[in-house]
Amino acid sequence: MKPLYALLTGLVFGVGIAISGMMNPAKVLNFFDLAGSWDPSLAFVMGGALIVAFIGYRLVWKRGTPVFAERFQIPTATAIDARLVGGSALFGIGWGIAGFCPGAAIPALGTGRWEVALFLGAVIVGIWLQRLLRSRRLAPAT
Amino acid sequence: MVTAFTPFASFGGGLLIGLGAVLLMLGLGRILGATGILSGLAFPADAEEFSWRAAMVLGMVLAPGLVFLVSGNWPALDVPVSPAMIAIGGVIVGFGASLGSGCTSGHGICGLARLSRRSIVAVPTFMATAALTVYLIRHVFGG
Repeated sequence: MKPLYALLTGLVFGVGIAISGMMNPAKVLNFFDLAGSWDPSLAFVMGGALIVAFIGYRLVWKRGTPVFAERFQIPTATAIDARLVGGSALFGIGWGIAGFCPGAAIPALGTGRWEVALFLGAVIVGIWLQRLLRSRRLAPAT
Repeated sequence: MVTAFTPFASFGGGLLIGLGAVLLMLGLGRILGATGILSGLAFPADAEEFSWRAAMVLGMVLAPGLVFLVSGNWPALDVPVSPAMIAIGGVIVGFGASLGSGCTSGHGICGLARLSRRSIVAVPTFMATAALTVYLIRHVFGG
């Protein structure tokens, strides 16, 4: 039941991404191109998603527990540190270069376009590099 | 390349994206973060963590085909940048989102929706650097 539920959840999210225009790098890059061919559509994507998530989360949390899991797993970190700010700044730079972000690229893989597979492969390399760096830092000095 | 302003489709798509995030919280009690899902698939900690993420990714990947079956059109996907830029941008996206613990979905939708202080800092940060990057590439270096 749980995998089927996860699949349907992914399908709802993916159809939303497809309809919204988020999986189109030309549109995403135009959202950021305030000085050029600006297309404000993506502000409406964020607006629609936030309205539903803001209200929906509060309704769901009233249940106390999720349907297929023992408890809600909400991030507890509150620190505004260099990792958060630097990582987010880097993320934006990469997003501005490629025009894809991970949440848009995963559903976009279903179009069969090779550019999407190239992007997602590169994202996994980036995640791997960050994990490598973190594990080296955490390793005791010898 | 000019793209058409699509407020209704974008808002409607946004509502479904938000619904996906709410459904994941309702069913599995999880934040919907695409980078975390990719990371959990590529570097799985255990089988249980792997399986729900794999099922969810499968659902996501089926979405454009469903849109095609219903509407007769594939979702628009125009790539105005070179393969080298896709690859370089992708590595930076993966590294940055992993370091900053989130991307557009995790911080931008789920984090803001639960009023996380970290997301309230992260989202304007990556929006600003993305806009600055596009400005530099298109209007300063003339990409």
